Amino acid sequence: MEPFTKIRSVATPLDKVNVDTDQIVPKQFLKLVQKTGFGQYLFFDWRYERDGTPRKDFVLNDSRYKGSKILLTRNNFGCGSSREHAAWALLDFGFRVVISTSFADIFYNNCFKNGILPVKVEEQVLQKLFETKSEIEIDLEKQTIKTDDLNVSFSIEPHWKKILIEGLDDIAVTLKYDDRIAKYETDHRNSNPRVL
Amino acid sequence: MNITEKILARASGRNNVSPDDVVFANVDKVMVHDVSGPGVLAVFEKLKKSGMKIEKLWNPDKVWVAEDHFVPAADKISAQNVVLLTQFTKDFGIRKHFKYGMGQYGICHTLSHEEAMVLPGEVYVGGDSHTNTTGALGAFAAGLGHTDVAYVLLNGKIWFKVPETLYFKLNGKLPDYVMAKDFILKIIGDIGTDGAAYKTMQFGGTGISEMSVEERLTLTNMTTEAGAKSGIIEPDQKIRDYLAQRGAVNYNEVHGDPDAQYAKLYEYEASELEPTVAKPFSPENVIVARELSSTPLDKAYIGSCTGAKLDDLRAAAKILKGRTVKIRTEVLPAAISIFRKAMDEGLVKIFLDAGVMVGPPTCGACCGAHMGVLAKDEVCISTTNRNFPGRMGHVESKTYLASPLVAAASAVTGKITDPRDLK
Repeated sequence: MEPFTKIRSVATPLDKVNVDTDQIVPKQFLKLVQKTGFGQYLFFDWRYERDGTPRKDFVLNDSRYKGSKILLTRNNFGCGSSREHAAWALLDFGFRVVISTSFADIFYNNCFKNGILPVKVEEQVLQKLFETKSEIEIDLEKQTIKTDDLNVSFSIEPHWKKILIEGLDDIAVTLKYDDRIAKYETDHRNSNPRVL
Repeated sequence: MNITEKILARASGRNNVSPDDVVFANVDKVMVHDVSGPGVLAVFEKLKKSGMKIEKLWNPDKVWVAEDHFVPAADKISAQNVVLLTQFTKDFGIRKHFKYGMGQYGICHTLSHEEAMVLPGEVYVGGDSHTNTTGALGAFAAGLGHTDVAYVLLNGKIWFKVPETLYFKLNGKLPDYVMAKDFILKIIGDIGTDGAAYKTMQFGGTGISEMSVEERLTLTNMTTEAGAKSGIIEPDQKIRDYLAQRGAVNYNEVHGDPDAQYAKLYEYEASELEPTVAKPFSPENVIVARELSSTPLDKAYIGSCTGAKLDDLRAAAKILKGRTVKIRTEVLPAAISIFRKAMDEGLVKIFLDAGVMVGPPTCGACCGAHMGVLAKDEVCISTTNRNFPGRMGHVESKTYLASPLVAAASAVTGKITDPRDLK
């Protein structure tokens, strides 16, 4: 995964609560089995008219937020299904950070597995971020969120921080211990011989 | 320690755990289905590209596979995914693969109990958010994303932060025409869709002891809708009998200590509960059914892991017996074994006589996959578990969540109907 350092970008304001994974990627796209290419289906039903033309009133189609890497959204983002396609779609579209007051548990974990930083902030902070006219800078190393008129810190589990900064995933972390795993596999046969 | 803490302590080889501790737990069972299975394979493919060799799973005998979301194959891509899943189980030597059209198959969360795939005291994870369901048997059961499932398939372990437990106590037996669904909808209405975020919801009290095993499964299934990490109920004689009927007698039950701690206690009087409905577009949007009695409907759907178990079908049949439906109504038993029992008990005949369509087990329209999805502006009353925008079809369709009694009564009148008001 691409290592995560500092992200500076205009933020896309998705002013909705309880955005569930079916809104993030509707079910008709779950049948696709590759991990990439889901960006085009992100928020599909909100983003396009039935005939496929982009809906002008939806933030993802607003040219002011083009190239945005940060998604701002309200409480309980990512609730519903465990489908990891939701994280895949956000990443594929270009989002590396999602900021909200709370996230659904499975979605929250799925983000880290795919190099996305979910940031939990207090309600007042989120409100200020929604109102800011400036770009937002997320510094993962320092754990800070900065705008022209705001400078606050956020918390994150040290393990997740390390994984994002080094661009690892859980399996890559385990593989770092490949030699020790192999050694154990050999050694334990000698130290624990079969007795039956 | 409470039951959840004790299971996680045992699974991670510790004497003691407390909420917020991070444990690395050994997993007893893993499940994937026709959506998460191909998703996990996509993760495997990516790992292979990065140079990792994936030749075997940690323990194929602890892995089982269900075909449920897009089966019977809804279209060409779904058919291809089923082929992919078959290849996956063949490649890795997984023996428990429930294939549609070959004897027993059904919705994964239903098979987990119908086939006793998961036992009390176990740590069970699955690539589906409603994996929580199986906690009703006294197991720690939680849903995971594809990468986490891939990790468990290779390593047999996963870390958990020990969740706090919210305890929901039900006093007294549920009144006639009130079901577990009404109780859990009431709870979600009270605590909200994130009211139990990263917490365990445990159920107990005399009302739960009185409840059938299948009804209890409705409670734990819907804990997902309150954001819960897991749902759990301590096993009792009913669970033992239920599992024994399915050939499972050897397992290590876990029970909470007498001084077990709970983050919060919620108490409900069964006699005060009423037939309840969740309005679009959130399971927390709860109201008693009677207050919606003029709401016209286009369709009733009796299906899914939470609403098409044998008890659910019995409840629907009780209402539909000798009556005919006024709106399009579908019954999709949650597993073949349940379909067979419904036939043997005469329920299928009651449904057909009432004009209802009886279909094959599938997640089907519950997740908007196929088999009766909704058109724009269509309004459905459904025994399923989610009513987010577009969940069952068009993004401008509407779903009301309800018990099978309310859904069946509404099918008879064509409007949302409290079963107690049916003439």
